[in-house]
Amino acid sequence: MSPSEAPAEAPSAAPDRPGLIDAVPVRHVGRWVAVVVIAVLVAMFAHLLLTNAAFRWTDVTFPAMVQAPVIEGLIRGTIVVTIGSMLLGVALGVVIAIMRLSPNKVLSYTSWVYTWFFRAIPRYVLLFIIGNLAVVLPRIDIGIPFDFIATDLLGLSSSFRLLGFDTQQIGTSIAGGILGLGLSEAAYMAEIARAGILSVDRGQDEAAQALGMSRGKAMRRIVLPQAMRVIVPPTGNEAIAMVKDTSLLIALPLGTELFFQLRAIGSRTFAVFPVAVAATLWYLVLGSVFMAVQYFLEQRFGRGFGATKAPGVQPVVAVGQGGR
Amino acid sequence: MSETAQAPPMPLVHAVNVTKSFHGTEVLKGIDMDVDRGQVVCLLGPSGSGKTTFLRCINQLETIDGGRIWVDGVLMGYDDRAGRLHRLGDKAIAAQRRDIGMCFQRFNLFPHMTATENVLEAPVQVRGENKAQARKDALELLEQVGLADRCHAYPAQLSGGQQQRVAIARALAMKPKLMLFDEPTSALDPELVGEVLAVMRELADDGMTMIVVTHEMSFAREVADRVVFMDGGVVIEQGPPAVVISDPQHPRTKAFLQRMRHEEAEGHAGSAVEVPADDELTP
Repeated sequence: MSPSEAPAEAPSAAPDRPGLIDAVPVRHVGRWVAVVVIAVLVAMFAHLLLTNAAFRWTDVTFPAMVQAPVIEGLIRGTIVVTIGSMLLGVALGVVIAIMRLSPNKVLSYTSWVYTWFFRAIPRYVLLFIIGNLAVVLPRIDIGIPFDFIATDLLGLSSSFRLLGFDTQQIGTSIAGGILGLGLSEAAYMAEIARAGILSVDRGQDEAAQALGMSRGKAMRRIVLPQAMRVIVPPTGNEAIAMVKDTSLLIALPLGTELFFQLRAIGSRTFAVFPVAVAATLWYLVLGSVFMAVQYFLEQRFGRGFGATKAPGVQPVVAVGQGGR
Repeated sequence: MSETAQAPPMPLVHAVNVTKSFHGTEVLKGIDMDVDRGQVVCLLGPSGSGKTTFLRCINQLETIDGGRIWVDGVLMGYDDRAGRLHRLGDKAIAAQRRDIGMCFQRFNLFPHMTATENVLEAPVQVRGENKAQARKDALELLEQVGLADRCHAYPAQLSGGQQQRVAIARALAMKPKLMLFDEPTSALDPELVGEVLAVMRELADDGMTMIVVTHEMSFAREVADRVVFMDGGVVIEQGPPAVVISDPQHPRTKAFLQRMRHEEAEGHAGSAVEVPADDELTP
């Protein structure tokens, strides 16, 4: 088309102005090749699952998944420990994050040291230490610190202790597992919570304080609920990672746990691979459940942010001048 | 109610020689200001003149370095025990802020709460009011600012002007003696300025004591009892708007007002717009 022709024609052609576009789409050859390759790989994998004799779905894998010790390990060792240690980790993590943001140097440094220590220690090693803590502290009593000095000075024979635990017994129990994994988790959650708190606009805290809220109340009512929007997605990651880390409980040692129980069946029956598949299936189920929980939490804490998007997608609606 | 021991009745806001520095830069260099009950005072001045900082000092979002501020006879931020000042704790300062409402340039509504929830949050959480009663009061306040129909909307679903009106309702819910406005219309699109100023004008007519940091000259001229012109951390000139705005004495005031007039002539939309009864500004 010649340049002189175009401007003259465009405005004048009123009756036959261009309408809806019906064009030939671009052919994405590369994509179609990729689709074919994926289809072939899926077919090969399905064929493997169905025909390979090493998979013993019906006589080993499925029966093993529902055996009583396996179910007990699943519920107590895997699910209860995951939930317990995540609750401990989140609660302690938020406290450590708030300490980290404190203007008081002792508090913020203590928080830093905690994070440094528990992030550096492998969970397997930490659980091993907790299981063997009785070497250092055979009993753990709760009472007044250094009470033995006071009782000596006052010439008393009794002690100021309320509650005592046998470390050996605690250390190798479900509670020991929750303690070890929860303490470790708190170090990670502290960083996640800190990022969440810092993501909330300072104006929110100021508005809350201008209304007469104390700092604590402003944090609980205004800042943390908004921080949750940023905290929930990585916490979902942590929870799913925690499901898998419960297989480390054997370091305590504690055998009431999904993978240990399945492996025991495997070594008893010489069907090692089928029970590994059974474990995989259970972990897939648990992972799916936690992802669903994460989705609902994101919906809950995304209120007011137009967060009706897929999980993992950060809502991007700004708070400022909406409604243009 | 008996008056306090000090004989002369103090103005509602009584600030004496207020100083404040940020990282060694002195932002307020000895501000004196009195605001009587029912007065509307507009703080004018170029950006960086310290007017917003001074406003934030009144309700202690900033701690002052020197001077004293009394609101309704109460010394802000400190307990004067026989001449020695003791810094008040977090809870005591929070209690002092309850009677002072504040509106921010960026509204700062709580985005995770609906308009109603924003308004009833402080009465319920701070004053411990019954929730049902607080909800009723909140709806009345939203009606007062012309937003009864948007009470279930989240802030992100409201226009800037609507957000600022909710923010005003939120501050009023604490039944404040004093309202502070920090450039309440500066973040708004020009066509939304009028609806916010109209609400503020009504508030002034109802006798609310107000300190307003603003660039809206027409608002200052029509509503303020007194305008205070600040520059470089000091009060340059103050008086009735008819005098200061129409006949400024100080050269810096003159230069600033000339600049403002120039900007207004550039096509800044007028501000004499009524609150739209039925708002069609949906996001």
